[in-house]
Amino acid sequence: MSVINTQTAPTGPAQKVAEFHTPLILGEHGLCPGCGEPVALRILLETLEELNLVQRTIGVVGHGCYGSFVRIMDIDVLQCLHGRAPACATGIKRMRPDTAVFTLQGDGDMVNEGLQEVIHAAARGENVTCILLNNGVFGDTGGQQTATTVLGQRTKTSLEGRDAEQHGYPIRIADIVASLDGAGYVARGTVNTAREVMRTKRLIHNAFESQMAGEGLSLVEILTMCPTGWFVTAPDGPDYLDSSLKAAYPLGVLRSRSAEAN
Amino acid sequence: MSASAPVAEMAPLELLEGSTAIARAAILSNCRFFAGYPMSPFTGLLENMAKLMPAAGGVCINAESEIEGVNMVIGAASTGARAATGSCGQGIALMQEAVAEAALNETPLVIFNMARNQQDYFQCTRGGGWGDYRTLTLAPKDVPEAVEHTQLLFHLADKYRAPVILYGDPLIAQTRVGVRLAAPDLEPLPAKDWALDGTMGGTGKSRQVWTWAMGKVTDPGLGPDGHWRAVADKFEMIAAAEQRWESAYEQEAETLVIAFGSAAKFTEYVVDQLRAEGHSVGWFRPITLWPFPGAALAEATRSSRRVLVYELNAGQMLDDVRQFVHDRDTVRFIGGVSIHESGLSYGPLLDAPVLRDRILAAMAQPTER
Repeated sequence: MSVINTQTAPTGPAQKVAEFHTPLILGEHGLCPGCGEPVALRILLETLEELNLVQRTIGVVGHGCYGSFVRIMDIDVLQCLHGRAPACATGIKRMRPDTAVFTLQGDGDMVNEGLQEVIHAAARGENVTCILLNNGVFGDTGGQQTATTVLGQRTKTSLEGRDAEQHGYPIRIADIVASLDGAGYVARGTVNTAREVMRTKRLIHNAFESQMAGEGLSLVEILTMCPTGWFVTAPDGPDYLDSSLKAAYPLGVLRSRSAEAN
Repeated sequence: MSASAPVAEMAPLELLEGSTAIARAAILSNCRFFAGYPMSPFTGLLENMAKLMPAAGGVCINAESEIEGVNMVIGAASTGARAATGSCGQGIALMQEAVAEAALNETPLVIFNMARNQQDYFQCTRGGGWGDYRTLTLAPKDVPEAVEHTQLLFHLADKYRAPVILYGDPLIAQTRVGVRLAAPDLEPLPAKDWALDGTMGGTGKSRQVWTWAMGKVTDPGLGPDGHWRAVADKFEMIAAAEQRWESAYEQEAETLVIAFGSAAKFTEYVVDQLRAEGHSVGWFRPITLWPFPGAALAEATRSSRRVLVYELNAGQMLDDVRQFVHDRDTVRFIGGVSIHESGLSYGPLLDAPVLRDRILAAMAQPTER
């Protein structure tokens, strides 16, 4: 049931519910309508502002649609090779231990090409924060199967839906990383509702606090909408995410060293 | 033309294994990050770095793969730190994507190829990554020169913001010789204002290290077309400025032997022997494999009747010799593939008596000129 009265003409001009604007975003993102990645970027940058880390942060950005964020984020950035961000972040953090270092990677980047990098960086306990934008599909190349594509999900390389017998099973990378002793904080959130956006922002906040406390590698997996790569309409993205990715990847905090200590 | 980075003569003479000497030279050059994956004969350098780096305030990581190691080094170098990795040719094969990336995003790296033999000439000079890039490669003939080259390479990597290679071998990695180690005395370089330190966030002038050099929407960069042309121009400039070589008796000798690295050391020895016996022979040694000292080779071979190429591979430098030699018809290959049965070092072809016989046999053949 709608709370907006659509039976009569509006009595005043249209109003935005909120003005989402961080000065760290320099321009329009240019990604598809309904994409979840710009929302994730916004809450990431807002978190850096709130933690007063803006002038001591270095980002390492992998390859995917979010690669275009390098052009609009006002943060020092190394744009690295596909999958290698946790290795590059290691070199950065070891040489500049006072900075906040994060990686921005998609599921293709982290779980396909760079599976080894993230696991070893976590096992070494590198004090960096890895942000995984998981939409279960190669969005940048137009909708092919990744290592996190869920069973039954149709992609251009699993036309009848991902079938375990033929294509194998999806990888729950956050669960794997959470099992490693070098990980300080691991959580999974999403951005498909306003409530989940706020919850996920809290997870990112916790991850950076964990990094700055030297607890080891922190990872926040964010399930993001990719209506283009899912072959659904933009407004259907959030619901599709609930029925596909979210069903396969339960939300929550998977590891928290500070919580264990309390 | 000398390849030497000036080293203080007053430094004490120490008996050191090549791997130890190179590690210490790197640290004296302010290398503060090293990552590598064990592989013979590079392993000794990694072990020395692991031992020496902490006391120098640096970091050495026993990386979980060559690919991770070289990407860690790109990260460290992107912050302005002097950083290096290494392997032998087999492991450097795995790093090729990252070497090209460093060339195109302009992060200075030093790569130690402590090779098993001389079969990596093409790998060093042609590379296996994508894009229009080159890797400046120095090939020392022995441990003292490897120390000088190490210090020079950290300087050149920073000067040109490019990956550079030291092409060593088992003899350089594992031989103990007397060396002097001192901090290098090289021209000062400008501050690394491009390096990432995180301080520029939110100012509108935050920094990017990016192969595509797209810049920001508020401050566009050159983009791939402009940036990749600029990088190609830079390598052309390096090619003109950094050719290094050494030669002896080239103007007076009928026969000139071309060799690089350890093979050149053997060549010098054998040529001196043959000259003492009255033979008309000289030698030419490329010190930079890229850029290849082509003009110097053309000049050195102007009056040669025979140009003999001695390298421990199937004939890789041979391509460059043929490209630049004064008269291609004078070129003869006297090297070859020769691997120790362990697979980890040179075979019997790297030996003074064998080289001597091959030079004498070639000199017994009629010449074209």
